[in-house]
Amino acid sequence: MTATAGGIIPLFIDFSYLLAATFFIFGLKLLSSPATARRGNILGAVGMLIAVVATLFDQQILGFGGILIGILIGSAIGVLLAVKVKMTAMPQLVGILNGFGGGASLLVAAAEYVRDPNPAADVAVTIMLSVLIGAVTFSGSMVAAGKLQEVITGRAVTYPLQKTGNALVFAVILLLGIYLIAAPQNPQLFTVFTVLSLLLGVLLVIPIGGADMPVVISLMNSYSGLAGAATGFVLHNNGLIITGALVGASGIILTQIMCKAMNRSLTNVMFGAFGSQVTAGAGRSATGLTVQEVTAEDAAILLGYARSVIVVPGYGMAVAQAQHNVRELTSLLEARGVEVKYAIHPVAGRMPGHMNVLLAEANVPYDKLYEMERINGEFERTDVALVIGANDVVNPAARNDPSSPIYGMPILDVDLAKNVIVLKRSMNPGFAGIENELFYRPNTRMLFGDARETLTKLVAELKKV
Amino acid sequence: MAEGLMVSITVFVLAMFVGFEVITKVPQILHTPLMSGSNAISGITVVGALVIAGRLSSPFDTILGVVAVALATINIVGGFLVTDRMLQMFRKKEDGTR
Repeated sequence: MTATAGGIIPLFIDFSYLLAATFFIFGLKLLSSPATARRGNILGAVGMLIAVVATLFDQQILGFGGILIGILIGSAIGVLLAVKVKMTAMPQLVGILNGFGGGASLLVAAAEYVRDPNPAADVAVTIMLSVLIGAVTFSGSMVAAGKLQEVITGRAVTYPLQKTGNALVFAVILLLGIYLIAAPQNPQLFTVFTVLSLLLGVLLVIPIGGADMPVVISLMNSYSGLAGAATGFVLHNNGLIITGALVGASGIILTQIMCKAMNRSLTNVMFGAFGSQVTAGAGRSATGLTVQEVTAEDAAILLGYARSVIVVPGYGMAVAQAQHNVRELTSLLEARGVEVKYAIHPVAGRMPGHMNVLLAEANVPYDKLYEMERINGEFERTDVALVIGANDVVNPAARNDPSSPIYGMPILDVDLAKNVIVLKRSMNPGFAGIENELFYRPNTRMLFGDARETLTKLVAELKKV
Repeated sequence: MAEGLMVSITVFVLAMFVGFEVITKVPQILHTPLMSGSNAISGITVVGALVIAGRLSSPFDTILGVVAVALATINIVGGFLVTDRMLQMFRKKEDGTR
């Protein structure tokens, strides 16, 4: 912990933290390929074990009762969450775990303040920072998880003077923080500071719609790392600082990728309140065009006699938990000699990489999963593009309608395929509330219904073809 | 003291660069495991929590420490386990099972 205490044990502990950080870096490096990723994760876990065991030798520790209780409770809940969670609920779980990381940082900083309520200015800075980031991560992640689980409405919640109110709360937090750094010995104000920080996390995430959750989850991931680093500053622990910075960097990169894939700035995602209103479509667009429906039987024939099919999954597949049915359908197609590929948009689903995990669960080999840049050129040569519960990420308006809110967003060019079959629950527009002209194209056929039921029907029909 | 803070900031900035370097190489298909895995290692905060939970400075301090240990442990155990669960599903060749 504190190398300044002298002696061989603190030195040994500090060294073990460096060792742990090295393990983490190598572990993350191995995540660069699916073939080595599992080893990388295990390496990370070993690094963590080293750090935890070494810490138990810290001479400040006088009793192990509390430690044991905390570890037992934490492990039990951790195992339960990890084993029970459905793959479709992964975004919520990652959200909750992010939050707990932030919560731990908050508590550690608060405890340091409780032990010494009159720290020097430089320590006070790190404590206030750690409390602020930890609290925002905790409450923000909980709200995000609540939205994903639909305990809280997934829509963007807006009200008058929202931005002004948020700015005001933030200003008060800043002023309180500065005051507390100058004159820390004020537990009441410290409590107010903590509560307001928690409130800020809620206020920041509440106005963000469900479709923008990939950005929020990534951002909270980054915050949970930064919160850890801030704790490292409080405790003068370089191991914590290095690890926190790694995770912080990871979250920032993912946030950037998500924003780029939606062609929006982080500011726009955070404060734009995208998806606050629903515009109900009723089987026709504003221009009076109608869609062409197709029966499962005809769709099965179209698919069965195609040479190449590209499957485009979206959040609708996750909601219907239809990944196994998708797999069943594509296995049948492949058995008939149809070439099947999957096209994955970076923001399909509710978190980065969501679709890949679901399809991996359904036993789809990962070399059939194609990123947007790698597959977009192939739609032109493809007989059927099968869109399953994706909407905004396949909307051609992003390419050719400058007046559309999503204009400029990189999309999967499914409309260029010879035939497009869209599996969709109803004609309600996607989360962004934008009409999708893909549905009215002459080469598009709509197959309405729950994705899982529709796929089951398709499989049955295909067996007859 | 201020010197110590400067060293910490230096370490932080350099580690960020290492992070950017390593993580830009993670492919899109592994982004979910990347998040849950990096999340698990951010549970390293537990080392601070352990000392607080065991230093017996005051009952309130200990309670904060124990709760912090529990939260960080959920983060670590849940994070590594669920990441492993996901990663073992990623395979290149199809099984005979289906």
